[in-house]
Amino acid sequence: MKDTSHVNALENEAIYIFREVAAQFEKPVLLFSGGKDSITLVRLAQKAFWPAKIPFPLMHIDTGHNFPETIEFRDRLVKELGLELIVRNVQDSIDQGKVKEETGRYSSRNSLQTTTLLDAIEEFKFDACIGGARRDEEKARAKERIFSVRDDFGQWDEKNQRPELFDMLNGQIELGQNVRVFPISNWTELDVWSYIEKEEIEIPSIYFAHKRKIFLRDGLIWSHSDYVYQEEDEEVIERMVRFRTVGDMSCTAAVFSEASDISSVVQEIRDSTISERGARIDDKRSEAAMEKRKQQGYF
Amino acid sequence: MEVLKIATAGSVDDGKSTLIGRILYDTKSLTTDKLEAIEKTSKQKGYDYLDFSLATDGLVAEREQGITIDVAHIYFSTAKKSYIIADTPGHVEYTRNMVTGASTSQAAIILIDARKGVIEQTNRHFFINNLLRVKEVVVAINKMDLVDYSEETYNAIKADFEELMSKRDYENQNITFIPVSALKGDNVVNTTDKMPWYKGGTILEHLEALDLAAVSNAGTPRFPVQYVIRPKTDEFHDFRGFAGKVYGGELSVGDAVVALPSQTKSKIKDIYFNDKKFQTASRRSSVTITLEDEINVSRGDMLVKADDLPTIDKQFTATISWMDSQKLAAGNKYVIQHGVNKVLAKVDCVHHRINPDYSGIDESIDALGMNDIAKVTFKLNKPIFFDAFKNHRTNGSFILIDSQSNNTVGAGFIQE
Repeated sequence: MKDTSHVNALENEAIYIFREVAAQFEKPVLLFSGGKDSITLVRLAQKAFWPAKIPFPLMHIDTGHNFPETIEFRDRLVKELGLELIVRNVQDSIDQGKVKEETGRYSSRNSLQTTTLLDAIEEFKFDACIGGARRDEEKARAKERIFSVRDDFGQWDEKNQRPELFDMLNGQIELGQNVRVFPISNWTELDVWSYIEKEEIEIPSIYFAHKRKIFLRDGLIWSHSDYVYQEEDEEVIERMVRFRTVGDMSCTAAVFSEASDISSVVQEIRDSTISERGARIDDKRSEAAMEKRKQQGYF
Repeated sequence: MEVLKIATAGSVDDGKSTLIGRILYDTKSLTTDKLEAIEKTSKQKGYDYLDFSLATDGLVAEREQGITIDVAHIYFSTAKKSYIIADTPGHVEYTRNMVTGASTSQAAIILIDARKGVIEQTNRHFFINNLLRVKEVVVAINKMDLVDYSEETYNAIKADFEELMSKRDYENQNITFIPVSALKGDNVVNTTDKMPWYKGGTILEHLEALDLAAVSNAGTPRFPVQYVIRPKTDEFHDFRGFAGKVYGGELSVGDAVVALPSQTKSKIKDIYFNDKKFQTASRRSSVTITLEDEINVSRGDMLVKADDLPTIDKQFTATISWMDSQKLAAGNKYVIQHGVNKVLAKVDCVHHRINPDYSGIDESIDALGMNDIAKVTFKLNKPIFFDAFKNHRTNGSFILIDSQSNNTVGAGFIQE
């Protein structure tokens, strides 16, 4: 039998955090992207409140450029578990003239999500937004608290964060502020995968090796799609790939892989020499790309 | 395999970030893209070596100033253990970050620059880890390459540190000295032939050998109720489950328990983790407990074994680590969050400030400033159920919240 006791410790910690959210806030919401981290959050939330239902809704900020497999999966999960799902669309923010579509070679709707998210928080008066960010993903995230206070403008004041001591989480806020909550802060990518394997959690098919039309740019594997800008000289080829991280099609790069089931994916992650966000085009913009987006209210 | 949390402490330029970078590098935890980013930036800055601190200093301001401002969390694992390092800054003004990092750690690495030896900062780093009762302390005497790997230098520093140890309060702390060079990689993960006089293991070898059950401070079982689960469905119509995390010891089905503050007695009927029933809930597990009798228990209450009650009082004295720019003074009111329980508290008396360098106490002060550590008595609007910090790390600690700013402004360790 595989030794999963350290994942158990992380699971106990995450369940504790979920219960603190339910107890300390009036209108929490779980931000659901259809990715493996937010699917893991749903499982943890189920465990935290069993036999009661998860006492808050899920919300998806839909860029409109998602992988169709993700959206299909999302709708099925919500139906099977009897959860409440709120969807807000980046397209609406564009139509309302609040944000402008990026153009050109590296255009993506990823950063446009922030406006749609902040508007939705205001619309529903959410006071806690639960997300699947992990500290091991990226340097700026390594400094993130479990309960991270955002001001009226959704901004992160990274130099003035509340200290978090022992297990105690301080969720006291003023009206208009909200808290971003990260129950799997202390999990690594491998921990998430080990947990998915142990719990036999279903995830979208794009996480497993499949044949896909792709093209290569800057050493990254891009999906050939209407949503992704492509130069004429960038040749489309078909290869076996899978995704390690799933965001918008325009900002998520694939990896060459033959791993078609969960145990071979776990093995692949274990042997991997490139980090998960190494396949995130949005982080490549600059050394401080993530920190800048977080200050502006990005998740 | 379990998770070991480690806090690091060292002064500016002691090479703390380099040490962590070295650990990551030698355990092959740095991925190719991160390593490339480090190589690229090191080259841009004109260094002829790899600047591993770039792996950990995550904020723009930190990279600009070349210092660590905030606690960063770093993850790596070996075949034996998963590790979380809380990388805490070494400046005097950032004591609060060190206290924060140490509060969740079972082990600490204190760095000393072999050229400088034990300095005032070292006293402070040791004091805080001792105050927080961190069980395992590794004293890494770094930059041995710059003192010709001298055994005399190492021994002199060790003797100075042992002098400090004689003043400590928490005597059961295990302390291990290791001579290292983080830059060259001597005795960090890999052994070295540069110091044949040193017979001990490397830092990683030492951490790998630690018994996790032994480094986590045990106590008596305490179960603070976080949340009451009432599904109100047909199937679970009468279900009233008390959700929380078990601290200090185990709880089992059939245990006679007392609910605080009501002091109502009952017995544990069932222990659930998700939809499965268990006979025993072990330490640090997040479970749901049902009781034999229908008694009134809500968030902030606590279930304890009937033969092992904590202290129940409206007043206590604690060591405070103050973390706010607004001063703490007698008469000030705060919210005390003790576990998941919140009460209003008034500062009754500021007894004295404790100099965190083992130079004694200062009785002349009546208010606390940022980074002060002091003995303070509080009066509460209602009783809480606590243990002394030395007997129970969880049930003996609390945070202070400013009800104006909502910020966490201090941490406390209950003495009596």
